[in-house]
Amino acid sequence: MAYRWKNTLTQADVTPKGLFLNRRQLMAGAGAMMGAGLLGGQVRAQDGLEPNSFEDITSYNNFYEFGTSKTDPAANAHMLTTDPWQIEIDGMVDNPGVYSLAEILEGQTIEERIYRLRCVEAWSMVVPWNGFELADLLTRVGVQDGAQYVAFETLVRPEEMPGQRRQILEWPYREGLRLDEAMHPLTLMATGIYGEPMPNQNGAPIRLVVPWKYGFKSIKSIVRITLTDEQPPNTWNQILPNEYGFYSNVNPNVDHPRWSQATERRVGGGLFAGREPTLMFNGYEEEVASLYDGMDLAEFF
Amino acid sequence: MIDQLNKTLRRLPEWPLYILGFVPAVWLLWLGVNGGLGVEPIKALEHELGVLALQFLLATLLVTPLRRYAGLNLLKFRRAFGLLGFGYVCLHLLTWLALDMAFLWPQIAEDIVERPYITIGMAAFLMLLPLALTSTKAAIRRMGLRWHKLHRLSYLAVVMGGIHFVMQERSGPFSRWSIWPWR
Repeated sequence: MAYRWKNTLTQADVTPKGLFLNRRQLMAGAGAMMGAGLLGGQVRAQDGLEPNSFEDITSYNNFYEFGTSKTDPAANAHMLTTDPWQIEIDGMVDNPGVYSLAEILEGQTIEERIYRLRCVEAWSMVVPWNGFELADLLTRVGVQDGAQYVAFETLVRPEEMPGQRRQILEWPYREGLRLDEAMHPLTLMATGIYGEPMPNQNGAPIRLVVPWKYGFKSIKSIVRITLTDEQPPNTWNQILPNEYGFYSNVNPNVDHPRWSQATERRVGGGLFAGREPTLMFNGYEEEVASLYDGMDLAEFF
Repeated sequence: MIDQLNKTLRRLPEWPLYILGFVPAVWLLWLGVNGGLGVEPIKALEHELGVLALQFLLATLLVTPLRRYAGLNLLKFRRAFGLLGFGYVCLHLLTWLALDMAFLWPQIAEDIVERPYITIGMAAFLMLLPLALTSTKAAIRRMGLRWHKLHRLSYLAVVMGGIHFVMQERSGPFSRWSIWPWR
C-alpha cells in the first residue's frame, strides 16, 4: 500500500533540481544571500532538516563492490550494467521465480520518502528517495506461514565490480530483516533519488532502505530475496560479529566497540560541520520502537 | 657515489626542510576550505595529517639504518624529520579536537578512556612531547647520555602511532588508507 507513511518532510522541502545542482556555487558566492532570501522557504525544511545535495549523496558512498574508499563507487560504478536486471525471489513464498525489474515494479506506486541515513561510521545524510514499500512486493509474491525473516543478496559480477576481484568481503554481500521489520511501512525498495533513476553508486537499479538502521543494512543492487524461517547471515556480522549485529538499529546509547554512537556528523557541512546528537532509531522511534518491545537492545545490537 | 651524495647533503642547510615539510599541511588546508577534500573534508584532513605525521616519524627511524647499511648520512636532518612529525601529530590532534569532535569535551574524555586506539594515540602524543621539548642543541649538550636514553622513546611512540593507525580502520585487516607515500 503506497502512502502508508506520511513524510514529516514534504515535497516542498526538497531542494529543487535546478538548485541542488548548483547550490554549492550559489552559497559560495555573493548570490548566496540573494538566493537564500528568495528561495529560503523551499531550500530549508521546516524542521531544519534539509536534504543533502545530489552531489553529496552520489559522491560519498560505502559500496565495497566498487572499492573501499568513499570515492571509489562514484569513480567505478559506471561500469555496472543495470539493464536487464532480474531478482530471484525464493524460499517460503507462494510465487517463487526470477522476476525482471519491470515485473517487480508492475503496479507499484513510486512515492517520495525523505529519510535520514545514518552510517555506522557516525556520519549521516538526508536523502529524498523514490521507491515503494517492500511490504507491497512481499504481499504480491505471497509470504507463506512460518516465514520469519527476509534475506537479501547483492549482485556478484567481478568484471563490472572491481572491488569484488579481491576478497575484501565474502561475496555476495548479504543482509537480512525480521519479517515484521521487512513489512514495516517505513521499509522501502528504492529505485531513485531526487526523481532521477538510482545512480549506480547508490545501489542501482533497486535497493533496500531501512531508515532506522545503520546504513549497511540497506543493501544495494539486489538480485535475490529469500523468505526463510531462520535468521539469515549478514556480511558485516559475519566478518566482525562483536562490532556489527544482525539488528544494527541506530542507537546513541549503544556504542560501537571502537567509537561512540552518541553523535554524528552531517555530511556536506564543510570543515566546520561539527557534530549533532544521534537520535534513537535515527529519529523513527515513534514508528518502530514497538517492534523491539521487551528486547535488550544492548544485547541485540 | 654515496660519498658524493653525503658531501652534497652536508653542504645543504637544515632550515628549508621545515618549510618544505609544511607545504602538504598548507595544501591540505587549502583543499579542505575549497572543497578539494570531498563532501566530508574533516575526516579526510584528519587522516591525511595523521598519515603525514607517521611518515615523518618513520623517516627519523630510518636515518640510523640508512647510515649503517647504506652509508647514507642524513643525521643532520633527523631533528627536522622528528619535529615535522610532531608538528603533524599536533595538527592531527587539533583537527580531531576542534573540527571532528567540535570540542565536545565529555565525549572526548570518554573516547580517550574507552577507545583503545584513541588511548594509544594519546599516549604516543604524550611520549613525543618531551622529545620535542628536548630537541634543541642546548638540551642535547646539557643532557648528554640521558638525552640518548630519553630519545629511545621515539621507537615506542612510533610503534604506538602505527597501532593507532591500524586500529581505527573500520574493517580491521584490510586497509583503505595506505601509509605509503605512493598510495
